[in-house]
Amino acid sequence: MSAGDLAAPDSVELADVAAHWKSAYVHIPFCRRRCPYCDFAVVTPDEGGTPEVVGRYVAAVLAEIDMEPNGFGPLDAVNLGGGTPSALAPAVLARILHRLANRHGLRPGAEISIEANPEDIDADTAGALCEVGFNRLSLGVQSLDGAVLLSLGRAHDVRQALDAVGAARRAGFGSVSIDLIFGTPGESVGDWRTTVNQALGAEPDHLSAYALTVERGTDLSRAVLAGAPAPDPDDLADKYEFLDEALAGAGMTRYEVSNFARPGHPCRYNLATWAQGEYLGFGLGAHDHRGGIRRRNVRRLDVYLERVGRREPPESGREVLGGWAAEQERVMLGLRRGAGVVAGPAGGALLRSAAGERLVGAGVVVVRRDRLVVARPLLTDAAARAVVALPPPAGWE
Amino acid sequence: MINPARIRNFSVIAHIDHGKSTLADRLLERTGAVQERDMRAQLLDTMDLERERGITIKANSVRLNYRADDGDDYVLNLIDTPGHVDFSYEVSRSLEACEGALLLVDASQGVEAQTLANAYLAIEEGLEIIPVINKIDLPAADPDAVAAELVAILGGTVDDVIRVSAKTGAGVHELLEVIVDRLPAPGGDPGAPLRALVFDSFYDTYRGVVCNIRVFDGSIGKGDGVRLMATGVDATADEIGVLVPAPMTIADLGIGEVGYLITGVKEIDLIRVGDTVTRTAIPAPDPLAGYREPKPMVFSGMFPTDGDDFERLREALEKLRLNDSSLVYQAETSRALGFGFRCGFLGLLHMEIVRERLEREYDLDLVSTAPSVEYRANLTDGVSIPVRSPQELPPPANLGSVEEPYVKVMIITPSEYVGTVMELVIGKRGQMGEMTYLSPERVELHYRMPLAEIVFDFFDQLKSRTRGYASLDYEPDDYRVSDLVRVDILLNGMPVDAFSSIVHKERAYRYGKAMVERLRELIPRQLFDVPIQAAVGSRIISRETIKAKRKDVTAKCYGGDITRKRKLLERQKEGKRRMKMVGQVEVPQEAFISALRIDE
Repeated sequence: MSAGDLAAPDSVELADVAAHWKSAYVHIPFCRRRCPYCDFAVVTPDEGGTPEVVGRYVAAVLAEIDMEPNGFGPLDAVNLGGGTPSALAPAVLARILHRLANRHGLRPGAEISIEANPEDIDADTAGALCEVGFNRLSLGVQSLDGAVLLSLGRAHDVRQALDAVGAARRAGFGSVSIDLIFGTPGESVGDWRTTVNQALGAEPDHLSAYALTVERGTDLSRAVLAGAPAPDPDDLADKYEFLDEALAGAGMTRYEVSNFARPGHPCRYNLATWAQGEYLGFGLGAHDHRGGIRRRNVRRLDVYLERVGRREPPESGREVLGGWAAEQERVMLGLRRGAGVVAGPAGGALLRSAAGERLVGAGVVVVRRDRLVVARPLLTDAAARAVVALPPPAGWE
Repeated sequence: MINPARIRNFSVIAHIDHGKSTLADRLLERTGAVQERDMRAQLLDTMDLERERGITIKANSVRLNYRADDGDDYVLNLIDTPGHVDFSYEVSRSLEACEGALLLVDASQGVEAQTLANAYLAIEEGLEIIPVINKIDLPAADPDAVAAELVAILGGTVDDVIRVSAKTGAGVHELLEVIVDRLPAPGGDPGAPLRALVFDSFYDTYRGVVCNIRVFDGSIGKGDGVRLMATGVDATADEIGVLVPAPMTIADLGIGEVGYLITGVKEIDLIRVGDTVTRTAIPAPDPLAGYREPKPMVFSGMFPTDGDDFERLREALEKLRLNDSSLVYQAETSRALGFGFRCGFLGLLHMEIVRERLEREYDLDLVSTAPSVEYRANLTDGVSIPVRSPQELPPPANLGSVEEPYVKVMIITPSEYVGTVMELVIGKRGQMGEMTYLSPERVELHYRMPLAEIVFDFFDQLKSRTRGYASLDYEPDDYRVSDLVRVDILLNGMPVDAFSSIVHKERAYRYGKAMVERLRELIPRQLFDVPIQAAVGSRIISRETIKAKRKDVTAKCYGGDITRKRKLLERQKEGKRRMKMVGQVEVPQEAFISALRIDE
């Protein structure tokens, strides 16, 4: 790890240097089942995710990596996400990792992160993952309340979740992260406090906590449309405020709206994303950002396999960011961070706008030296919305 | 010129949907004025909007040539009348041009309040009334019961009542004969100076103002110098003609004749309904009686949703006014709604029609404030000033008293609803007057009540409480001192002028509370707590708080979400463009429209 990593997770130096980091993301779409709230590109065994198809998919990802010319790296961060990357054997994951390292190189101390479900992580698997090169593990714990886990459709129980954290610790991961979801219908504030307190008891290096979001096309969204209770914004706010306070008390710093870390443990891949850094994306539905172009891959498995089989890029669409749009995006993303963002042209325009005045007046946005920082993180989108609405000033387009 | 003894001038008094236009079409057809194949249903209603609403806004007239069974040729002038309470002055002028009227009643519906009001008006003008029952072909028709009702109202016997089906044509020939037999021929002095009544006028883009006139004394010829006696305008009779129903020019019009006159005058204000046309060379000493300035009764602010449309709104109003001298407006500025116009209307229907035409014909998106009446503020220094909007009400310190306009109301209802109607009227500060049974089943009720109460939601409530059976008519009465206050609505401590209202003191609390609660529902949560208060002067009578928004952020934002995220925020921002800023508070356009809607 570089010295910079020992700075506070929300330090401005770290936030800004992340813009120059290079990273890579690989999507592993396979899941044993589809969670009712999830809208990621996911394939279950019922939907054709058989062992044979998994094998073809891995081959296709390796082929897609090979199609990419050398010279992007060296990589500061690699992230395997899903889906459930831990559904693949460590040896298989190792092939992907090594292929990336061979093509682009890894910077010494690079963050090599993998997402995993608690039920997949025992001492052996954790050890094997460390051995093949992963140094950061992000565990999809979601809740430490049995009833909430059930209604989230998760396969693990509380015991398994805590055991997985312990196993990861003992295996020697440099960073262990717990992912939580709050605001599940039926979850009381007391349930959530218990979850947070137990999570802190497991002493993670990093914690992500996401308010349950009703995404279009999910089972959860269909249930809500049919009249089931939707997450309540005030309930979410109560739970978030408790979390923010409890984590601060435990020495964890909020460095982004939903992400908290001990010193030295913020997620580099995330920091790079919010700093508008460049990244490669491989696999189903993966996104890629380079040279002012945001590209996305197809989300259908058969199409992906066929395209890559023909050695064609599996791209489904792209967005070329104009100067002003990129500048707005820089501020929109940066405002999510604890370190905020250098105001620059878009931040300056925001401050001069009527909406900006209101945001400052209401204490949502504060100005710290040359930076804008959101002081009420739960209202970040109110600020971001004002930023994307700014018309391009003279000389921009 | 036609021998007055061979002229019959008449109009048709009928409720909406009782078949007046169909009967007119049939009369045109039977007298050969229109070939059957040229018939367009409801020929006399010219404007699309009239056709759609089934009502007639501008009076019109048509000349029918009829050879009666006695072998003589007659000229029948059918003068159409507007069919709504808002236009009662225009109705009275149309009736003034006639010697008789057909009182047309639907065989299944019976007499309605407006029809009866107009029938009384016709009787007062001394017109001969021919009761006619229409739609006798319908299965639900009960012509005997309706005939009995008509006899109760008009006197006479059931044999005087003519039964027709305008749809099939049954009874129409008999009706034409009765018109010739029973209606008197027009009188007048052919040697006296010209006096002709303007009973309708409208604006034509190419010809300027076209007016319909009825000659009472003397005659008018093409090329004559004429004078409008009320406005004092002198002009030349460029064209004289009759509608058959297509315009046909003629050389002159004599006693009892009805036709149109074009003078080259371009401003509708100069040739007003009710004015008298005389000859410049030999003017009549006195005009015909009954002229009245058009007087708006109901006022409302109209504001374009998009502030950039203000000029377009002005132009649209100017154009509408070319044809509607009863529409008045003046520019108004609202802190909440921006630039717009305070408009005066003859009544609620007139207001709705104008609003709809502005939106439909001129493609404007409008917010209109709650309708108000014209109050009179008597100041402590003895001066009395008109108050047409809540903002014009002087502060209490300078205010001696406030008067409000009252109206005479006539309601006809099935007798089973008398109790519920009385309850409603008393709740609206009405005072009971006479009550007459038209039949054991139907009652005619008279009240005096504040116009403001009618303007609010009276008509809708009357309809809903009587399952649509009651009908209503009203006419202006006097002004009376009332205990009125202005209720202001404050948003984040700042008064929102568009939401202010003048209400009776006893109703202030209820109004304030309802408005405050409604706004709390309609205005989305902001970045900070927003108090909403209702106040009378400096006294707060009701208060609610829109709690600050606590969460406005999507939880995740990773590499894959960024484009989607930005697009989502852009879309949400688009949705916000229809927001109006009131101080620091973002108020959706919707909130203004819904809060001002007059349905409690």
